[in-house]
Amino acid sequence: MQYIMNKMLRNLIFIVTVLVIALIMVNIFHHEDNYNLKLEELKHKYALKEIPSVNHTLLPALDKEFKTPQEVTEACLSCHTETHKEVMASSHWNWERTAYVEGKGITSAGKKNVMNNFCLGTSSNEKSCSKCHIGYGMTSNHYDFNNSRNVDCMVCHDNSEEYLKGASMAGYPDRTVNLEKVAQSVGSPRKSNCGSCHYFGGGGNNVKHGDLDVAQNSCTREVDVHMGANGMNMECVACHTTKNHQISGKLYSVSPDNTNRATCEQCHTNTPHLRDVLNRHGSKVSCQACHIPVYAKVNSTKMSWKWSDAGKLKDGKPYEEEDSLGNHNYMSIKGSFVWKRNVKPDYIWFNGTAEQYLLGDTIKSVPVKMNTLHGSYKDHSSKIIPVKIHVGDQIYDKVYHRLVQPKLYGENEGDSAYWKDFKWKEAVEAGMKKSGLPVSGQYDFIQTEMYWPVNHMVSPKEQAVSCAECHTRNNGRLAKLTDFYLPGRDRNKILDGFGTVMFILTILAVFGHALMRILSSIWKNKYEKQIINYDDDKPTE
Amino acid sequence: MRKVYIYKGFERFWHWSQASLIMFLALTGFEVHGSYSIFGFEKAAEFHRTASWLLIGLIIFAIFWHITTGEWRQYIPTTKQLKDQVIFYISGIFKGEHHPTQKTELSKLNPLQRLVYLGFKIILIPITVGSGIFYMLYKTFDQNNLIVIEDYPLASIAFWHTLGAILLMIFLVVHVYMTTTGKTPTSNINAMITGYEELEDEDNTIENNNNQTNETK
Repeated sequence: MQYIMNKMLRNLIFIVTVLVIALIMVNIFHHEDNYNLKLEELKHKYALKEIPSVNHTLLPALDKEFKTPQEVTEACLSCHTETHKEVMASSHWNWERTAYVEGKGITSAGKKNVMNNFCLGTSSNEKSCSKCHIGYGMTSNHYDFNNSRNVDCMVCHDNSEEYLKGASMAGYPDRTVNLEKVAQSVGSPRKSNCGSCHYFGGGGNNVKHGDLDVAQNSCTREVDVHMGANGMNMECVACHTTKNHQISGKLYSVSPDNTNRATCEQCHTNTPHLRDVLNRHGSKVSCQACHIPVYAKVNSTKMSWKWSDAGKLKDGKPYEEEDSLGNHNYMSIKGSFVWKRNVKPDYIWFNGTAEQYLLGDTIKSVPVKMNTLHGSYKDHSSKIIPVKIHVGDQIYDKVYHRLVQPKLYGENEGDSAYWKDFKWKEAVEAGMKKSGLPVSGQYDFIQTEMYWPVNHMVSPKEQAVSCAECHTRNNGRLAKLTDFYLPGRDRNKILDGFGTVMFILTILAVFGHALMRILSSIWKNKYEKQIINYDDDKPTE
Repeated sequence: MRKVYIYKGFERFWHWSQASLIMFLALTGFEVHGSYSIFGFEKAAEFHRTASWLLIGLIIFAIFWHITTGEWRQYIPTTKQLKDQVIFYISGIFKGEHHPTQKTELSKLNPLQRLVYLGFKIILIPITVGSGIFYMLYKTFDQNNLIVIEDYPLASIAFWHTLGAILLMIFLVVHVYMTTTGKTPTSNINAMITGYEELEDEDNTIENNNNQTNETK
């Protein structure tokens, strides 16, 4: 019986050991195969395809020659009789949203009054900036936001890729646009519609966001797993769902509050992983933090903009210089830039609320935060998010201690626009006159920072940030977020030091004890041998 | 002298699987702690978690075994001859003296072992395993409505867990060394492997023991 038990136990231990070793080996040596793109092809093949309910080419209202874009709008409104009300209630139209901001109360913030550290602000530059306003004819801050004829339906709904807003034309389409063709081909907005503004913010492709690049119109799933043409090939509005022309999702360079956001969880749920430990990370770590390892994957994005370098002239004329990738690194009208590609994001705590520097605000700290994203480890609704931090310097009023808005764009020399005359003082006076704020005439340049949450260019899961990129002693991705204990990065140095010393002392003590035992037994053996020898010598009694 | 079946099958299985689990947990745990890199953080954390569940399961079985067999009585602390035992390790052992206490099936542990193992069982293991469970289940309150240990900072949990781990490693070194202080350097380890150990006859008192020693001299 005993023998059988012993044998069973031995077999059991053997099996358990072999299993454990096998499991460890599988874990160490197993690597997942590359993603099978056939799956994506099948998804495309069997996906429900949207069929437009109306063929706009058949409508008599659109079958005519349009002289002005406003006529197109009128034609649209002849069928969609109430839609302008929805559009005119949107921030795309109003360039502001009303929201409650802690410490400030109910405020209206948006492109109208928010400043940034790229082209600084729209005030006094409306004619140029309104290339990205969904309306026609915004030439100044006295724009009539109640005139429905000026709503630009086409910029969002043109499916012919024909439509194009003209440069510095106050939001009017370029003269080459065939309005009939555009009007007859309207449909649900596509990537190229949204991108015509959102890719080009700041005066060029991918300048501002870093994760919104014209390349995303047709990219691989490695660049953007959602929008990739060989992947899901999704449109922007698939996630930025829209009700009554109120598009979900917002940008925290202009929005302060935490409402109507477009989030990953809306599709993926908040427990998307099979491994519980990853799902639990979701209480403090945003999806984006791990799933967007780098941004600006195709074209470079602007990381720094120094206005203080602007105004250098060659032979009295403005000039431009380019870096090795063909990006401007100097422009007389704008200053010097630093561009970067494949950028690792910075990481901050964010709870969904933000505050923007509004024209007229007093500077509280240097560098001036153009927008402050609120959040901390202790805040339950905060998560770690990836951000692009755009730094720079720009002009401010030394006496009133606030950033000033210069008039940059002008048609002719001599109307005090900086881009024509290169005179800061006149440009500031002209820019600030419209806002009604006093200026001192004493200006200097001050450091600025602006925070851009990175939400797009999600990588395939195989390329997600690995555990050890954060859980590491030195130079981890979260090295700058020090207000919490991160396993693998943090430790109690006193305890570790004490532990190491105690462990070494224990080993020394054990070796010392062992040595003494050995020595004493050697000595004792000698002693005993001596006695034995002594006994041998003497004859026994 | 008589050969006695002193360590039962489960006891040996428990001892060796606990020993290997603790060593594996230390190996992976100090990697998670950032002390070195062998498996990589991700694998180390995953192995650590799996091994910890195995250890918890084993401990539950061991507690059941201790209670049902009455073996828990082995750990009732006593101060009787505790001093003798300490003095033996400090000096007697070098003079070739015999252990001051006698090992029997009913009293496998000497007074010093009783105290140390009891401390191991009711202080060291609970600190390490308890803090480990808190560490493993550490969550914060959020939209997922996960259960909270929110106001107890992870740094403190990690402190106790690391402290437990360090003490366990010190215990391990001393424990392994102490096994060599038996009749021969390997007799204790052999006993824990085979279950059999040669013990003095039970009716031999310590006086007899001492007399024998004197006689042999």
